[in-house]
Amino acid sequence: IQSEKCFSGFLSYIFVLCFRERSRDRHKSRSKDSRSEKSVTINTPPAEPLLGDSSVRGEPVQDDNWGETTTAVTGTSEHSLSQEDIVRITKDLEDSVGLNCRRYLTRTLAVILGILVLLTPLAFLVLPHLLWPDKLEPCGTACEGLYISVAFKLLILLLAVWGLFFRPPRASLPRVFAFRALLSVLVLLFVISYWLFYAVRILEVQDPDYKGIVQYAVSLVDALLFIHYLAVVLLELRQLQPCFSVCVTRSTDGETRHYNLGQLSIQRAALAIIEHYYSDFPVHNPALLSASKSRAAKHLAGLKVYNVDGLAHSQSRAMIAAAARRRDTSHNELYYEEAEHERRVRKRKARLVVAVEEAFTHIKRMQEEEQKKSPGDVMDPREAAQAIFPSMARALQKYLRTTKQQHCHSMESIQQHLAFCITNNMTPKAFLESYLTPGPTLQYNRDRWLARHWTLISEASVTSGLRDGSVFLLKCVDFSLVIAAKRIPFVQMSEEYIDPKSHKFVLRLQSETSV
Amino acid sequence: MAFVPGQPVTAVVERIEIQKLFQGENLILGFSIGGGIDQDPGQNPFSEDKADKGIYVTRISPGGPADVAGLRIGDKIMQVNGWDMTMVTHDHARKKLTKKSEHVVRLLVTRKSLEEVVKHSMGRP
Repeated sequence: IQSEKCFSGFLSYIFVLCFRERSRDRHKSRSKDSRSEKSVTINTPPAEPLLGDSSVRGEPVQDDNWGETTTAVTGTSEHSLSQEDIVRITKDLEDSVGLNCRRYLTRTLAVILGILVLLTPLAFLVLPHLLWPDKLEPCGTACEGLYISVAFKLLILLLAVWGLFFRPPRASLPRVFAFRALLSVLVLLFVISYWLFYAVRILEVQDPDYKGIVQYAVSLVDALLFIHYLAVVLLELRQLQPCFSVCVTRSTDGETRHYNLGQLSIQRAALAIIEHYYSDFPVHNPALLSASKSRAAKHLAGLKVYNVDGLAHSQSRAMIAAAARRRDTSHNELYYEEAEHERRVRKRKARLVVAVEEAFTHIKRMQEEEQKKSPGDVMDPREAAQAIFPSMARALQKYLRTTKQQHCHSMESIQQHLAFCITNNMTPKAFLESYLTPGPTLQYNRDRWLARHWTLISEASVTSGLRDGSVFLLKCVDFSLVIAAKRIPFVQMSEEYIDPKSHKFVLRLQSETSV
Repeated sequence: MAFVPGQPVTAVVERIEIQKLFQGENLILGFSIGGGIDQDPGQNPFSEDKADKGIYVTRISPGGPADVAGLRIGDKIMQVNGWDMTMVTHDHARKKLTKKSEHVVRLLVTRKSLEEVVKHSMGRP
């Protein structure tokens, strides 16, 4: 056991050295402001916006002195990181232009339709008074009652349309939303037909029966309310009842979740799944995939095949057969590597927990009376966080490096989180929770998501409904979500009546006595 | 040994006389009984008719007085010293067998093999 400990300690020493070497080279290549690499200086940089400048520069903004030296994203070089950022930025720019145009187009159409619908009954009522006021029959209380009903129904219609259609849009979808288009066409046809009838039968003839006109306007408003009811049923209610169970798998690391969806079109189902993705799936961490990639590379590099006979397709079969026969010890390496990694993570975690607990004991919340007594030492939460942060910074950085999460958290975000925890009286364990387990994507900063622009890939048309066994993909730059839908089975339940008097019991004894 | 309600029970019985043995200050017979009208007849492994609530011999201690007298496991006890055992509770049967004042018990027991023997002997003229 002792020799094992020495061996692992030696290994970890070598790893630490390697990181230091690599980062020292990077220091020299970048030639930024001078840093002392050996001492730990506690300089708190000013709060910089992490969204704007940093992504353009393509390098992490963090002050390299927090903890010991630069954190390095293992597995990818810094050049490839900056390329990805550029790709991401151009995609964002393209998105923003296209998005606005389409969104504003649908918005303006909806507003125009709404105004048309709202003004039509009022126009029906007002036009006779303007065009042939003298010929109109006066109508008394019945008309006034109808005026009131028109007014209130229009108000209700206005509020209902505002409530249903004028909500902040959640997404822009690739195809036109079939039901909404259908409904707007229906409303338009409806209003046009009413106007036609009005123009032909009432305006041309100059009908003096005003009560009839008012009743006509009331019937239009009633019909519009019914169409709105139809809209609520088609757009909102129909997909509430769960009908399909979809299985969503992330292609890179296999994270799977299951959701229940109703009868939706494929694009709306994709939208619902993306919304669930941000709050359910742990954030995508490309650094965790490097190990399996290196193993795969080693498998391929092991064999060389020479084509002697000139047969092309037998080459692959020969390779596979040779690979199967070869005495492979890579599983052994994997096992020990994983065990070693597990031990290292637990050790670092123990050190981290102790360091954080100790750091938290340095702060005490002061009561009001004590504050007045000694006003000099009082700090606000941000200053308190900055004061205790250096004592835990090194342990935290080492832990994040071991679990390959160091690019998800910047020093600024850690200090902010610490101030937040101190303000809300959280224990050290509560503070550490967001670093010990990778949380959902929403928890992190926007530029760590790696998932902003989605592409829906589907064999069936995206406006067609979900069916049993339909499969589609949601592709992102780095990974894709594979979605398979299955229908929830039809349940047949029958009833059986049990008479409460039928619950009767007897004792069953069987004793044996020796005589 | 089938029991038809309302009809008298007929069976071929064997008369067995057991001398009780003194063991310390107890008088023992050397066998165990099971069954009775207050017991569950379905759990009786020795009865043919699983509704038979009679008293059955469930265990015989080897070399004891019952074994010596010729009692066999699975026998159904019909009478003990003249007292009927076909329609009694378990405890009643136990009391009738363990009377301290009697040192001899005379049992009428029946078993399946008895009927076969009689049929066999009647079959041969």
